[in-house]
Parts: sequence; C-alpha cells; structure tokens
Amino acid sequence: MPRYGMVIDTLKCVGCSDCVIACKTENNIPEGYNRDWIVTEARGKFPTINMEIRTERCNHCSETPCVSCCPTGASHIHDVGGVVLVDHEKCIGCKACVEACPYDARYIHPDGYADKCTFCIHRVEKGLKPACVEVCPTYCMHFGDLDDPNSEVSKLLQSRKWHVNLPDAGTKPNIFYLV
Amino acid sequence: MNELLELTTTRNNPHVDPFMAMWEWQIPVYLFLGGLVAGMMIISGYFIFSGRHKESNCACFSIPFISLVFLSLGMFALFLDLAHKPYVWRLYTTFQIKSPMSWGAWILILVYPALIANIMMKPSLWMLRLYPKLSLWSGKVNQHPFFIKIIGISNMILGMMLGAYTGVLLSSMGSRPLWNTSLLWVLFLVSGLSAAAAFVHLFAKNKAESELLAKADNGFLVVELFVFVMIFLGFLSSARPHIEAAQLLLTGPYAPTFWVFVIGLGIVIPLIIQLLAVNHKIRHTAIAPIMVIVGGLVLRFIIVSAGQYSHWFNAHFH
Ligand code: SF4
Ligand code: SF4
Repeated sequence: MPRYGMVIDTLKCVGCSDCVIACKTENNIPEGYNRDWIVTEARGKFPTINMEIRTERCNHCSETPCVSCCPTGASHIHDVGGVVLVDHEKCIGCKACVEACPYDARYIHPDGYADKCTFCIHRVEKGLKPACVEVCPTYCMHFGDLDDPNSEVSKLLQSRKWHVNLPDAGTKPNIFYLV
Repeated sequence: MNELLELTTTRNNPHVDPFMAMWEWQIPVYLFLGGLVAGMMIISGYFIFSGRHKESNCACFSIPFISLVFLSLGMFALFLDLAHKPYVWRLYTTFQIKSPMSWGAWILILVYPALIANIMMKPSLWMLRLYPKLSLWSGKVNQHPFFIKIIGISNMILGMMLGAYTGVLLSSMGSRPLWNTSLLWVLFLVSGLSAAAAFVHLFAKNKAESELLAKADNGFLVVELFVFVMIFLGFLSSARPHIEAAQLLLTGPYAPTFWVFVIGLGIVIPLIIQLLAVNHKIRHTAIAPIMVIVGGLVLRFIIVSAGQYSHWFNAHFH
C-alpha cells in the first residue's frame, strides 16, 4: 500500500502563499480559516541569522493521536495512501482531535465538524496532484509515495538533507522539509 | 547576545491561534462535576458496602439523587461544547477502544443505572408521591442483602472509573505537555474525592458520618498535595517542553491563580481549618468545605486552560 507524503524544498520556498490560496479555492475553505499556511523561522546569533520559509499543513502522520482520540471514528485513516481524513457525517465536533494534534493543524469548520488538509485526496485519486503542489511557482513541493524507493519523493529524501516538524512529539509526520 | 529564535505564521484559525483555546468553560465544568459525582459515588458506595445504610439518616440515601442532577448538568455542559450537535448520537453507535472520550461516553451510560439502583434503596417521599409503585420496587431491592452489596460495590467501581477517566481524557493527549503526566488521573480522582467529601460533609445529617468525612477530606487533601509534588518533580526533571509547562503554573502567567486559589485557599488553609475542627479546637463551619469545592473547580479550569497553552517547540534547524 502506498504511503503518501510530501517533500518540500525550503531552499526554494519564498513564502508567496500561492499554495494557501490554491487550497482555499480548491477546497472552498471559509474566510478566516486555513488548511495550509506559511511559517517563517529565523534563528541564530546576529549577524549570522538563518531563515527558513516553509509551507505547513497536516502531516498525515503515521502515528495518529488525532485518530485514536476520536470517540466516533470520524477521524480515520483512508484506505488509499494512509491519508488522514474526517468523515463529516460522523463528527460530533467534540474538538478532541484538534487538541490532540501537536501541530495545531486542525480547526472546527463553521458548519461544526473538524476539518483539515486532505492531501486533496479527491484530486489524487483521479491521478492529479494536490492543488498546492500543482500551483507552486518555484516547484518547491513534491507529492508521492514514500514507500516506493523509486518515487521522486523517496529519491529526494535519499539525496538531500531534511528535517520534519516536531519530531519529539512522536507522531512520525509524513511531510519532509529539505534544507 | 542571546540566540534568536522567532517563528512567524500566517495561520490564524479561530480558537487555535495564537494559542489553542478550543475548550472553554464547558469542559472544566464538566470535568469538575464528573469528578465530584465520582467522589460522591465512591463515598456512597463505601457507606453502603460497610453497612452504614442501616442508619436511616445515612448520606448514601441523599447522595445518589444529587449526583444524578450534577452529572446531568455536567453532561449538558459537555453537550453545549459540541460543535456538531445533531450528530451527538454517533457516540453511541460505536465503541472506539483507543479513545478515552468513547470510554467516557459508555461509562456515563453505566453510571446512571448504578445511581438509580442506589436511589431505589430508599426513594424520597416526593418520588414516592409521584410514582407510588416505587415502594414496591424498593421493597424488592431491600429484600436481598446481596443486591445491596452489589449496589455498593458497583457505585464504588463506577465512581472510580468516572473519576479516573476525566484525567485520562487529558493525559492521553501527548500534544499538550502539561497534560502529559500519568498522574493526572490520580490528581483528578483525589481532587474529586476531596470535593465530594467536603460537599457531603456540608449536608450529612448523621454526626458520625459528617465527622468521618471531615477526617477523610483531610487525608485526601494531604494526598493531593503529595500528588502535586510528584507531578511537578516529574515535569521539572523532564525535557524543556515539560519544564516550561510546569513553570506555567509555578512561576508563569497561571502562577497567581494556582498558588492562591488551588494550593492556598483550595488545599492548605481548609486543611488547617479542618484539622483544628476535627481535633475540637474550633467548630465545624461551612467555610473550609466551600474552599475545597471552589479549589477543585479552579483546578479544572487552570489545568484545561494552561494545558492547551503548553506546547512543543516548533523550531527545527540548528
Ligand atoms: S498533523 Fe495533526 S491532524 Fe495531521 S495526522 Fe498528524 S496529528 Fe493528525
Ligand atoms: S471533533 Fe469530530 S473528528 Fe475530531 S475527535 Fe471529535 S468527533 Fe472525532
């Protein structure tokens, strides 16, 4: 079974927010809410300050506290690619999954259910790329099967240095940032 | 010069940014009422189990109905918190073994019959007036001492499960360092027991019971202090996110409320007052029990709020 993930090149990302807008349009995200966003991290001692710009979203983790805490089974792992999804018809809006995600990647949709990035599974199942990956003008985002050693994402991870977000939180995220 | 570390995000989701504040007053109120009811069930169950129900004014006859009302109020608060209310029934079409919230939903369903069975031992006059048939049922329950023992034991066990689960609900969330202690359920259980002992002491008609509860409450308060010490020792000897989580309460923005209302007015001062009272140096008043109860409520608020505020460090390259 494939394990979908993303590899994002922070050396190419300029934080233009095209991915954010593409997601909002593709997925009809209400005003004031975001499934993906841009983080700028500055670190170091003056004058040697490093900066990293990256686009973030749900990491579609391999260990999923957001799924195990869900009392109704609304939060679940999709049959295809291990993508983490929410079944709106089962969700009671208890917010447990929002609290359980160390990345704060979820929110409660104004209609009452928990919501977050779906890796655009409706597009991926048709053979398309997620909307954010599709529009990125610097081609910094790559989407594919991490379990296939010949996939573009696997090859990038083998050839470049990378990090994940919050490794200590122990959720085994599937979004990797090239540095 | 200090090392700079600055994170800027464009995300601004309601109740998620700038810091998590998804759970508001409803959850702490529910956790408090759940803990109080859990404590009362354990007390009532223990009184029944130890044969105190043979005294006609035993508190075990008044506890279950009050518990029923409080628990229902707590569940109503929980219901108010749900963002997708029409789907609430989904809780009861499944059992998710890994989800403490699912466990809780089913424990609550089991708690009601245990409370009702306890009420049946001696229904109040107004209940009998409403449903005269109750006296028939009550007679049947009281025919078998075996039944009574079962009622006592099941109230104790379900009380413990209810009290413990309110802590596990939070501590199972690895995402929030402050909740990340396996002692949280002990803290909530003991705090629930102490609030329950204080509350029942206030209305207990039986002198011996009232005295026993004040003494027991002193014990619970001492244990609670000890559990706090253990929790903080655990955090402070752990990694930075946990140290900082503990500091939120010890020296940070939540410290004044924590020290004054939870530790000072909620535990230490009522403990001193009640120690003097059980040693007959001063008379029992309602002051100490009320302080204990309010302290228990503030504890739930502070743990829920500071816990949501505590977080892992979102910084990655070195
Ligand atoms: S990022 Fe958060 S919501 Fe997404 S799978 Fe991981 S824990 Fe769950
Ligand atoms: S908010 Fe919905 S998806 Fe999240 S844990 Fe509750 S029921 Fe499950």
